[in-house]
Amino acid sequence: MTQRHERIARRFNELKAADRAGLVTFISAGDPDYDTSLETLLALPEAGADVIELGMPFTDPMADGPSIQASTLRALEAGQTMAKTLEMVRALRERDDATPVVLMGYYNPIYCMGVETFLAEAAEAGVDGLIVVDLPPEHDAELCLPAKAHGLDFIRLATPTTDAKRLPLVLENTSGFLYYVSSTGVTGAAAPSAERVEQEVDAIRAHSTLPIGVGFGIRTPEQAERIARFADAVVVGSALTDIVAQAESPAEASRGVLELTRSLAGAVRRARETAEA
Amino acid sequence: MGLPHPNPEFAPDAGGFFGRFGGRFVAETLMPLILELQEAYESAKQDPDFNAELDALRRDYIGRASPLYLAERLTERLGGARIYLKREDLMHTGAHKINNCIGQVLLARRMGKQRIIAETGAGMHGVATATVAARFGMECIIYMGSTDIDRQQPNVQRMKLLGAKVIPVTSGTGTLKDAMNDALRDWVTNVADTFYIIGTVAGPHPYPAMVRDFQSVIGREAREQVVEKEGRLPDSLLACIGGGSNAMGLFHPFLGDEDVRLIGVEAAGEGLDTGKHAASLQGGSPGVLHGNRTFLLQTAEGQITDAHSISAGLDYPGIGPEHAWLHESGRAEYVAVTDDEALDAFKTLCRLEGIIPALESAHAIAHAIKLAPTLPEDHVMVLNLSGRGDKDMATVTEHLADELAAGAPAADAPAQ
Repeated sequence: MTQRHERIARRFNELKAADRAGLVTFISAGDPDYDTSLETLLALPEAGADVIELGMPFTDPMADGPSIQASTLRALEAGQTMAKTLEMVRALRERDDATPVVLMGYYNPIYCMGVETFLAEAAEAGVDGLIVVDLPPEHDAELCLPAKAHGLDFIRLATPTTDAKRLPLVLENTSGFLYYVSSTGVTGAAAPSAERVEQEVDAIRAHSTLPIGVGFGIRTPEQAERIARFADAVVVGSALTDIVAQAESPAEASRGVLELTRSLAGAVRRARETAEA
Repeated sequence: MGLPHPNPEFAPDAGGFFGRFGGRFVAETLMPLILELQEAYESAKQDPDFNAELDALRRDYIGRASPLYLAERLTERLGGARIYLKREDLMHTGAHKINNCIGQVLLARRMGKQRIIAETGAGMHGVATATVAARFGMECIIYMGSTDIDRQQPNVQRMKLLGAKVIPVTSGTGTLKDAMNDALRDWVTNVADTFYIIGTVAGPHPYPAMVRDFQSVIGREAREQVVEKEGRLPDSLLACIGGGSNAMGLFHPFLGDEDVRLIGVEAAGEGLDTGKHAASLQGGSPGVLHGNRTFLLQTAEGQITDAHSISAGLDYPGIGPEHAWLHESGRAEYVAVTDDEALDAFKTLCRLEGIIPALESAHAIAHAIKLAPTLPEDHVMVLNLSGRGDKDMATVTEHLADELAAGAPAADAPAQ
């Protein structure tokens, strides 16, 4: 069994001590190409990403909007494979042993690789957690429980449709943090009202002591700042993959992603100060 | 007749599994809905009023029962098995798809949903969905791949006439699987008021079992009709398979009759060894897509690959989980026929029986043409003629351009 690194728990403890929300950034591994994506990944911690979500590309990302779907297809087009995605994590770990890495994606590529092989290699590469969108608690035996046995956190999504009856089931085997999907719909959808999200997050806190990250529809530093006042972390994805889509060169893509990461990081860092001032 | 009583021997388990296939592999946003749907379906199945209304609509609106027709000239030409055609092509909207849609729209109304969405490939499921939505006064949105919209214009126009909004899907490869992705995205976004009518025996539980139950009217009728005509059960059943709903509907009432051979015919496209086919069972491997574990066309990395078939309705890189299970357990046999064989069979049925079949159904006929001559004359075969071929005229005209220009296509010598 792999030893637990607890990078996610440690990071959220640090954030709590500093009384600020964390910034979780999503990029698709291999988008727009392996080298650019690796360069971006390696620079994300310094740009202010507290937790890195790295997308495992899949041809049919049903729960994602057009932006992340396009990014995953660009990565596949450029020849991204699961082995290369894990290689990126190894490369990051050579220089950064503190920033948690969460692999995000869909079950089929993992299932085809073989669950045990995947988990062993992911743990060895330095992955800390998994978000696998199409595995609800009803299928915990498939990947969630084996992942925990390998010392990996299994981060679950709770949504506005997750009612009080279902929430305990969703929370049961969730660890690391809970990802609150702030709107029904796919990634990249319209921004939710911060007041409503705050109420929903408060409602979840009555059932759980897990840190709560809020995502879906958060695109700008202003939106991130508003959410960071009450959430433990703010997740940004589509806004970053849009930059890659619109960039005129791979270098510009990397630069743009890091620039937005820096301004989002600034926003989550000042959120509670400005709220109190 | 109503819906069949669930037979515990064949029904999926509580988690929606047929053996290791099936399940509910969906995003959390959809889970409460799928559980609600399952509950609503279980209660509807037991409700005599629901079943009475369904029966009346089947009879008066769809035109059921569909005839079981002895194809005498085809039988005589092939010189073997007696071939009966189950005439789903004569049903309202021209294919078996309406059997499922009428059941699901009643369920939607029962659940208080006013907005219907569906995916479609060839457009037959889209037309059937638009039809029932019109009949019940509901808003209807159809997701259709932009590639399919180009090759199935008449069905696009039919859907529009029926009041549906047809949304072209350009994401991915712009075909049926992408249309299903976008329909799922719509559903995730509009969970409160929307009912998703899945068109085949695939998707998350309870869809595979529910669609099968609504389509099983085909097999139940066929069973009664063949007993009436032949005084016994058939020896074999044949049906084409894309997602597999017409085949499942025919097979299911016979699953317990072990002497009845069940044969599903997949689309081999340009050939199983060319990589350009839609035969998920024979050219695919197990994986998880669109809410269920089943056989998929995919790379070793688990990336979904494109399906290829002359028939847009078979052009799907997966198959219903119950078929995957019947395949693995050996209860049903699965074979594949190529585009060319299907086209030959299409011509044969036109010329020998005066029936223009859907290209999908022509795949089943193509296999019958190979199989029937090897069987004794007292062998009784029931073939599901799942749809009519009017929608395929453009495709067929294009492929047979030279023959049509020269006169009638040569069709009186079926391939042996």
